[in-house]
Amino acid sequence: MKAFATLLDRLTYTPSRNGKLTLMRNYFRATPDPDRGFALAALTDGLPISFPLRRVLADIGESRFDPELFRLSRHDVGDTAETVALIWPVTQAGADAPRLSDVVAAVSAAGRGGHAALLTQWLDRLDATGRWALLKFLSGAPRVGVSARLAKQAVADAFGQGVDDIEELWHGLAPPYLQLFDWLEQKSERPSMSATPIFRPLMLAHALEDAEWAGLDLQDFAAEWKWDGIRIQAAAKGGVTRLFSRTGDDIGGAFPELLDHFKFDAILDGELLVVRDGAVAPFADLQQRLNRKSVTRAMMVKYPVHVRFYDALEIGGEDLRGLSFTDRRKRLEAWHQEFGPPHSDLSAVLSFDSKDALKLRWEATREEGIEGLMLKRRDSPYLAGRPKGHWYKWKRAALTADCVMLYAQKGAGKRSSFYSDYTFGAWAEKDGVRTLVPVGKAYSGFTDDELAQLDRFVRQNTIERFGPVRSVTPKLVLEVAFDAVQESARHKSGIAMRFPRVSRIRWDKPAAEADTLETLKALISAAR
Amino acid sequence: MPVQPPFESWLRPDGSGLYCVPGDFHIDPHAAVPRAVITHGHSDHARPGHGAVLATADTLEIMKLRLGQGAGDSLQPLDYGEALKVRDVTVRLVPAGHILGSAQVVIEYQGQRAVISGDYKRHADPTCEAYELVPCDLFITEATFGLPIYRHEPDTGEVAKLIASLKDFPERTHQVGVYGLGKCQRLIALLRQAGFDRPVYLHGALRSMTDYYLARGFALGPVPSVSDTKEKLAGEIVLSPPSALGDRWSRRFADPLAGFASGWMRIRGRVRQRGVELPLIISDHCDWPELLQTIAETGAREVWVTHGREDALVHEVSKMGVKARALALVGREDEAE
Ligand SMILES: [Zn+2]
Ligand SMILES: [Zn+2]
Repeated sequence: MKAFATLLDRLTYTPSRNGKLTLMRNYFRATPDPDRGFALAALTDGLPISFPLRRVLADIGESRFDPELFRLSRHDVGDTAETVALIWPVTQAGADAPRLSDVVAAVSAAGRGGHAALLTQWLDRLDATGRWALLKFLSGAPRVGVSARLAKQAVADAFGQGVDDIEELWHGLAPPYLQLFDWLEQKSERPSMSATPIFRPLMLAHALEDAEWAGLDLQDFAAEWKWDGIRIQAAAKGGVTRLFSRTGDDIGGAFPELLDHFKFDAILDGELLVVRDGAVAPFADLQQRLNRKSVTRAMMVKYPVHVRFYDALEIGGEDLRGLSFTDRRKRLEAWHQEFGPPHSDLSAVLSFDSKDALKLRWEATREEGIEGLMLKRRDSPYLAGRPKGHWYKWKRAALTADCVMLYAQKGAGKRSSFYSDYTFGAWAEKDGVRTLVPVGKAYSGFTDDELAQLDRFVRQNTIERFGPVRSVTPKLVLEVAFDAVQESARHKSGIAMRFPRVSRIRWDKPAAEADTLETLKALISAAR
Repeated sequence: MPVQPPFESWLRPDGSGLYCVPGDFHIDPHAAVPRAVITHGHSDHARPGHGAVLATADTLEIMKLRLGQGAGDSLQPLDYGEALKVRDVTVRLVPAGHILGSAQVVIEYQGQRAVISGDYKRHADPTCEAYELVPCDLFITEATFGLPIYRHEPDTGEVAKLIASLKDFPERTHQVGVYGLGKCQRLIALLRQAGFDRPVYLHGALRSMTDYYLARGFALGPVPSVSDTKEKLAGEIVLSPPSALGDRWSRRFADPLAGFASGWMRIRGRVRQRGVELPLIISDHCDWPELLQTIAETGAREVWVTHGREDALVHEVSKMGVKARALALVGREDEAE
């Protein structure tokens, strides 16, 4: 527990990806089985236990602590679990801390009434960091700024393997991942995964530059629309269906209607969309269905999901990845003709007479749900990663708006001494008074030199400080590029930008001439 | 037994701070006064501009370093334990264990004894004299960490964390924020105790105070100035004032990793707010159990709380059957611990 507690503690405060990798790598190398496997499960959101933490903490809190002192303490700390971890009196300093594997075993075996007693005796045997980490662990999802992918990357790095190799095995393994670590430490063969649906690393596209477009011979390429949803891999075998995100996270739980219908023996590549009456809904609708552990009937009706398939990696147990795009496409079409489940269709291959005709058609398209154009080399096999020269994506040119910097915040890692995250606003008129309303936040798009200039501007024009945030005199115009504008009830401005970044610093432009909220709102439909 | 006057009749807060009526002096006043007794050299206790100042020799030297002419018109040193008659009262200074020179002020008047703790801690500290318990009738205590969530873990463990991080990240400069008087020198001494013998680099603002500790004979090992090297100091420890963390000054270092040595680092929200990667919970104040232990051990029948988390401490001390009240003295900045 001590090593795990130290790891979680350091991870929460380490902003940089490399720093996190280092900490996890050292942990996985130094910690024995099965504890490291349960730590890996916690970091990948896959702990096989459920513990009614909130209820148990409330029960314990009332009986153990002076309510007035607890209230004052809670006020200083701001978080109940952390308050309990800190306020817990030291009773058995020097006692053996419980091991993660003991905790998992005891929680699995405990009946409903036994939870409070278990937690109490563990807390008695831990120091403050240990108590905090235990509560994080029992909450099921520690949330220490580590994605499942990053944790797997650390395991791969620790033992000199590729992360894609681990991804391929991942969904056939279960905590505490003894088979995995045995293989990584070369104590056993690579585990065999033939009987379960597992994730295959995806083939990704390169962004197409205008110059490259001129050089492409379109005879060699198939064209498809680039759909504005999220990439998904549907893997089904032996009655089990899994839906994987681009990074191999199993997100099927949020889409029971797809799991119900996708009963086939294949691994398919496609786009997850919300589709109503055959029309793709805006990305914001799909967002309503993402990042949920469970979903209500009403959500399923209001935001009906759909998968538009465009490639097949495996059908009927046969690995198709070595075949050309053209051959895989034929197999996909034949399969879908016969077995295509509800909530699915195929992404059409576009026909075009000439390169210019394709370009014209693409530029004229304002259809909902189309984000750009995909070009796929007809004779390319399905290659994991982002190989050069095979698949291209051609995104619609970004939209831009001139906005005014309002707040700045320090960045993380190498940027921790720079004000590098900017909140910017647009003009809105209310009762005849023009004010700047925050419309978005950007932290990329500028060069290191420009960052230094922006940082200087922030320091010289600070009005107020709130912790790491500064408000600045609203006089610097930033040209902000973004992919789309969406309606948003969560933002005060009523809009949200997709992927905003700083495209130019307009030192020359007076703030009064920046764009208005009205103009931005008009883009909600125009972008489509 | 003769009737004893209530404490408030001879010791009470006025517009400038805590005032001793029969001795005609203030203790740690926040405004300039004619006569002051100063517990220790931190800026929220030792203010400039007083007339006569009574304190330990170390505190007076520290005040001269910090305030120059402002240290006071006439400075009178008093050794620990030595009794001094001041008008109708007797004054003694007793080690408080907070920083070099820090003292509790013991005042005796008409058979009653009041102890003003100043800032204090019970935890051992290689850079100052250990706290000395003085039984008393009235104990006037600070309460910077006066909540049960504040329990300082052993400082050896915190220093081990810093040394372990140097192993994890040998390519990064470990820049640790410390307050310049006390914490800085204590951390260096703790590093030396832990066997760390590399140089510990100092920001210019920490120079003069550290030199004073060196002149007083504390073995702090090599403590060069950052300004004397052109190196990026990867894998080295650099100490700086907290305000220099994540500041432009730190850009000279190799991918600086920000640490901060303070009792406040126990609270995660505060660590995040400061953008600290390596929090070190090292405090020069009592934690909650030490506050309660000290109050009980003094045997005081009345306790006054000067600054910090007064509400909680008054609440708990009242439960112990001891009369307690909050003084709410202005001008204390123990947020800056
Ligand atoms: Zn102090
Ligand atoms: Zn103080």
